[in-house]
Amino acid sequence: MNMLSIQSSAACCGLLLLSFSLIPAGHSSAGDWRQFRGNAADSVAAGESLPTELSGSTIAWKAELPGRGLSGPIIVENRVFLSASSGYAQDRLHVLCFDTAAGQKLWEREFQASGRTWTHEKMSNATPTMAADDQRVFAFFSSNDLICLDLEGRLLWYRGFGSEYPNASNSLGMSSSPVVVGSTVVVQVESDAEAFACGVDTVSGETRWTIERPRAANWTSPTILPATDKQPALVLLQSSKGLTAVNPETGAVTWQFDKGASTIPSATVAGGAVVIPSNGLTAVRPGESGLDQLWNSGSLSPATASPVAVGGLALVLNSSGVLNAGNMENGERLWQLRLRGLFSSTPIAANGYLYAFNEAGVAFVVRPEQDKGTIISELDLGEIILCSPGAANGAIYVRSDQHLIKLASP
Amino acid sequence: MAPVSYMMSRVRRRFFLPGLLLLTSLSPLPAAPAVDAVSDSIAVLQAARPGGSGSVANQQAAAVLVQHGEAAVLPILNAFRQASPVGANWLRNAFEQIDADLTAANKPLSAKVLEGFIADTGNSPTARRLAYESLRRQDPEVEGRLIPGLLLDPSPEFRRDAVSLLITAAAAAEGPVAVEMYRKAFSGAVHEDQVKLISEALRKAGETVDISRHFGFVSSWMIAGPFDNRDEKGFAVAYAPETEIASGGPDLSHEYDGMDARKVSWKPIETTDDFGVVDIAKQIENYKGSAMYATAVWTSSAAQTLQVRLGTPNAWKLWVNGKLVFEREEYHRSSQMDQYAVPISLQAGRNSIALKICQNEQTQDWAQKYQYQLRICDTTGAGVLPAAATAAVQTSGEVK
Repeated sequence: MNMLSIQSSAACCGLLLLSFSLIPAGHSSAGDWRQFRGNAADSVAAGESLPTELSGSTIAWKAELPGRGLSGPIIVENRVFLSASSGYAQDRLHVLCFDTAAGQKLWEREFQASGRTWTHEKMSNATPTMAADDQRVFAFFSSNDLICLDLEGRLLWYRGFGSEYPNASNSLGMSSSPVVVGSTVVVQVESDAEAFACGVDTVSGETRWTIERPRAANWTSPTILPATDKQPALVLLQSSKGLTAVNPETGAVTWQFDKGASTIPSATVAGGAVVIPSNGLTAVRPGESGLDQLWNSGSLSPATASPVAVGGLALVLNSSGVLNAGNMENGERLWQLRLRGLFSSTPIAANGYLYAFNEAGVAFVVRPEQDKGTIISELDLGEIILCSPGAANGAIYVRSDQHLIKLASP
Repeated sequence: MAPVSYMMSRVRRRFFLPGLLLLTSLSPLPAAPAVDAVSDSIAVLQAARPGGSGSVANQQAAAVLVQHGEAAVLPILNAFRQASPVGANWLRNAFEQIDADLTAANKPLSAKVLEGFIADTGNSPTARRLAYESLRRQDPEVEGRLIPGLLLDPSPEFRRDAVSLLITAAAAAEGPVAVEMYRKAFSGAVHEDQVKLISEALRKAGETVDISRHFGFVSSWMIAGPFDNRDEKGFAVAYAPETEIASGGPDLSHEYDGMDARKVSWKPIETTDDFGVVDIAKQIENYKGSAMYATAVWTSSAAQTLQVRLGTPNAWKLWVNGKLVFEREEYHRSSQMDQYAVPISLQAGRNSIALKICQNEQTQDWAQKYQYQLRICDTTGAGVLPAAATAAVQTSGEVK
C-alpha cells in the first residue's frame, strides 16, 4: 500500500507549513555529536544555534593534524575526537583528542594497522568517522581495525577485523562509519571478496552477532531508525541490494527493502520515514503490516553526500554541486540551488540552516525554505574538505588533512 | 582489596575475574614483586588476540604497566618482538601513556636507554621506531645523529628517513658526488616513490638502473590460457592446470582444453617493465571473461620466510609449492605495486610460484586491465633475488 494514497491534501499542506526547526524524535541533542551524521545519524544538530554569517572571524581555532584523514570530528562533552592515518603505507593509525575551547591537543594515541591499508589516493585509511558513547570512543579504519579507548586515551579493547576477515577489504578503500546503539557498536564491512556486518559489545569488545552481507563493494554507513512504542531502535544496513533493518542487540533482520540502493550515499531518517538513495531517492515507512513506499523521485539523486531530511524537505547534493530540495510528503522537487564544486561531505542541518562544505574547502550556509533556498554566507577555508562536519555547543568542527577547524561566533 | 603482591602472583587467573579491581586505584607497587608484575602483565598483552576476548585482562595488564612508569618502559619495548599484532598495539598504548605521563611531569624517558634500544637492530622495528619518536620529541637532534646510519635498517620507516636525507643531499649536489649519493640512496630504498625519484635522477645523469631487479620482481613466467571465466564463474573452477599446480606443479609440456574449444599450452612470457608488470591484455590478448595460469620457479638459497607482493586489478589465486596461500575475487578496484603482501614459506632449492589471474566482462574503459606484477621481498620491502638469479632457464619459467 502506498501511504500517499491515504493522506489528504490538507494534511500535506499542513505538514508543509510546519516550522523547519521542528525536532523529530531521536535527533542529536545540543552538546554532543557522537558519530557520523550526529547522535541519531541523521545529520541534524537539533537544538544547536550555529553561526550563520561565516567569515574569517568565525574561525575560532585551527589545530594541526598528523598524516591524512577524511573522517569527521566527533564531540563528547568538551572534547573533540578525530582519527588520522600516516606513514608511507597509511598503516599508522592515530586517535586524537582536543579540547573544544582552545583546540589544545589533550592526547594522541597511535596504533599499527593490522589489515590492508592501501586506498585510492583521494581516500585514506582514516576515512570512517569515529563513534562514541558517554565513556568511550570507537575509531574505525579502512584497514578494519576497530579501536576502543576511554576518554583519556586508555585502550579498552582492540578488534583487528583485517586479521579475522582478511578478504574483507576494498582496493579503493573502505569508508563505512560505525554507529553506536545502546551498548552495541555496529560495523558494516562489505567488499567484493568478503562482506559482513557485526555488532560488538561496547564494554567488552566481544562480538554479539555477525551476519553475512552481500558480497559487493559498498561505502555506505549504517543508519539508525529510532525506537518507537512498538519496536526497539533498528540499525539500517544499506547495500546495492537495498536496505536491511537489523536489531542492534541480536542482529536479527526485522525487514528488508529490496529495490536496490546506492553504494556511496547513505539512507537517512526523519519522523519515522526512511529516505533511501535508491533509484534517485525513495522514501519508505516501516509499519505493522510491512514496508510502505511513500514516494520515489528520480530527480532527487544524491551523489557522494548523503541526503538530509529535515523540516519537511529532502535535501540532496547532486553530482554537479546543485542542492535539490524535495517535498518529504511526495518527493516532488521544489527547488534547486547551485552551490559550487563537488561535495564529498554530507551537510548538516541546524536551526533552520544547512551547512555544506565542498571539496575545495568552501563552506556554504544555506537557508532552505519550502519554496526556495538562499545562500546566507560563504567561507573559503582554503583547504580540501572531504569529511562530514560535526556540531556541538554552538560550534561546527570540520577537518582537512592538515587541520581540525572550529567555526563559532566570535 | 587483596594485597597487590598477592594479586600480582596470580596475575593470569585474576585477569579473568571481571571487575576485581579498578584500574586507576592500584596501590603503589612494592619493589620486590614488580618484575613479576611487569613480566606477567607483558605476557598477557603479548598474547592479545584480534577477536576481542580478554579485554578486561588486557586493560588490567596495561594498567599495571602504566603504574610502573619508567621501570616498565624497557620491558615493554623488548616485549614487542614476541607480541601478536594486537598485543603490540596494547604494549604501544601502555608505552604512550607512560611517555605522556613522564613528559607532563617533566621527567622524560631516559635518552640513553632509548638510544641504546634503537641501536640494537635485533629489537622489534616497530618498537625501535616508537622509542625513536619518543626520543625525537625530547631531542630533535637525534635525527641527524641516528638516521644516516639506518639506510639498510630492518625498519622500512628508518630506511625511508635515511633515503630521504640522501635524496635531499644529492639534490643539492652535482656531478659524480650527486650520482654517488643517489646510488647510495637507491641501495636502501624500499618504497616505490623514492625508487622512482632516485631512478629518474640517475637515468638523467646517464646511469643505468635496474629497478625490476632492485625490487625483486619476477619477470619471466610460463603462462597458459585462456580458460572460461564468463559470468565470473571460472574463478572457482579448478581447470586442469590448477589441479596440476595444487598437486605439486604443472607439467609444462601438457596441452589443455581452453576457452571456446581452444587448445592451450604453456608458453613463455617475459616482461621488461621496470615494475615487473606482465600485461596479459597487451602481450597476449584481453580475453574477456577468461582465466590465465602463470608459473615460475624461484630458487631459494635456504629455507626462509619471505613475502610475495602482488599488484593486480584482477581476481587472483596464489600457490607456493602447490599450496594455495591466498585467493581474492575482486575485479577492477585499482591496481598498484605491493597491493597485496602475502607471507610465504620457501624451501631451500627450487620453489614453484603459481598464479591464476581472472578477467571479467566489464566494458568500462577503466576495467580493461588484465595484468599482474609479483615480487619477492623481505618484511622491509627490500627485494630478494633468487639464488639462481643469473641462471635463467626461459623455457621452464625459471626466474631471471
